[in-house]
Amino acid sequence: MILIENLHKKFGKNEVLSGVDLEIKGGGIFAILGPNGSGKTTLIKSILGMVIPNKGAILVDGKSIRKNWKYRQHIDYLPQIANFPGNLRVKELIRMIQDLRQKPSEADQLIGFFDLKPFLDKKLGTLSGGTKQKVNIVLTFMFDSPLIILDEPTNGLDPASLLRLKELILVEKNKGKTFLITSHIMQFVEEMADEIVYLLEGKIYFRGTKEALMARTGQSDFEHAIAAIATTPADA
Amino acid sequence: MLKILKYSYYDLIRSRWSYVYFLFYLALGFVLLFLNNDLSKAVITLMNVIIVLVPLIGTIFGVMYFYNSKEFTELLLAQPLKRSSIFLGQYFGVAGSLTLSLILGLGIPFTLYGLFKSNAIWDFSLLLATGAFLTLIFTALAFNIAISNENRIKGFGYAVLLWLFLAVVYDGLFLMSLIVFEEYPLDSYSLLATMLNPIDLSRTLILLKLDISALLGYTGAVFKQFFGTDAGLMVSVAMLSMWTVLPLWRLAYKSKHKDF
Repeated sequence: MILIENLHKKFGKNEVLSGVDLEIKGGGIFAILGPNGSGKTTLIKSILGMVIPNKGAILVDGKSIRKNWKYRQHIDYLPQIANFPGNLRVKELIRMIQDLRQKPSEADQLIGFFDLKPFLDKKLGTLSGGTKQKVNIVLTFMFDSPLIILDEPTNGLDPASLLRLKELILVEKNKGKTFLITSHIMQFVEEMADEIVYLLEGKIYFRGTKEALMARTGQSDFEHAIAAIATTPADA
Repeated sequence: MLKILKYSYYDLIRSRWSYVYFLFYLALGFVLLFLNNDLSKAVITLMNVIIVLVPLIGTIFGVMYFYNSKEFTELLLAQPLKRSSIFLGQYFGVAGSLTLSLILGLGIPFTLYGLFKSNAIWDFSLLLATGAFLTLIFTALAFNIAISNENRIKGFGYAVLLWLFLAVVYDGLFLMSLIVFEEYPLDSYSLLATMLNPIDLSRTLILLKLDISALLGYTGAVFKQFFGTDAGLMVSVAMLSMWTVLPLWRLAYKSKHKDF
């Protein structure tokens, strides 16, 4: 589904990605983890074509994404910081994205699911962080795309909404969709992820299941295993 | 692109600034007509206002809109849309709403005053066309500056400097160079120098059409002598189009190579 070969990206002198190779076949939840500044968001934005790599190739469904934009029709993306044009109403934003995508959407159902009905006529600038994130989630999940990319999806959500988000992710996963998720909440990752991709200093340092990760680090607790992996030698 | 244009346009129409700009021109139109009591004279006064003010508003609005819509742009970038259509759509949204404010704001008072029955109608239309061109040109230049500068303060500074340079400093330098090199033949030099500044070019274009030799100045006279009135008009319109197309081309090019 996604094939990344020898991906390099520099911002000025700062080399963020230095030779990432990654292949993700369809189906399941892939957690992209790594310390702050390890290039998680850059990797995701490269897949989306928002960041243009210096070197390397990215193929989505077998086609190179260079100079291509139509492939984004099949990707849903939840950005890290939910900043929307402030003087638009929630309803208008949802309608606008629907209009731009021209795909059937399940917005009404999701709006009910996240209790957003009372906010539909409010301007986006006046919403709280958590509510904005819920709007963000509705915008992401309302289309039926095979690949869903979530950048810190748990940001600002209250426990009830977090439960609903998890439920939603599992429902979509069972339909055979692929998820790429970054998160710093290890509990969330442990619960949801099928596979871990660990980025360190612009390279993929570890890839495998949770069990493989714990076995490699010799830790019995997932959170400690993640914290320990950066100091564990690669061939251990 | 048309969809982006539509949403940018709606967004702007809803902001207070479009109305302020529209009301300003409306008031200006009425006041000038009231004071001059004559359509042709009002057109001349208006020209002086337009060729300085329209570029300023275009520049500032363009930079402001670009930086303010950063979030909107990022939202759009993740959608299945072509990059150049996102930016060109936003550009035409801004330039379109500014042009509309200008045309309606000035058009309403002049029409009420009996523009369609007078023979100043072509002069007035040319004035509006030039105003529209200047809006397109300076909004495009502003977008170029904004896309190349992440830092808002810097971007804003460059934009204002650009306006100051083209509206004021350029003329001063040009005049000084004419004095310094007065012993040399300066015809083609001054022709070129005029064409390289859209504001000077607009002024010459309007004055050529109005046929007021007294206001034409040296450059205008050279222009008229060289091209004649009709060819002069054509050449200046062609140059103004170049001034619009080139920045737009760079904007489209830059937008394809930028990281967000």
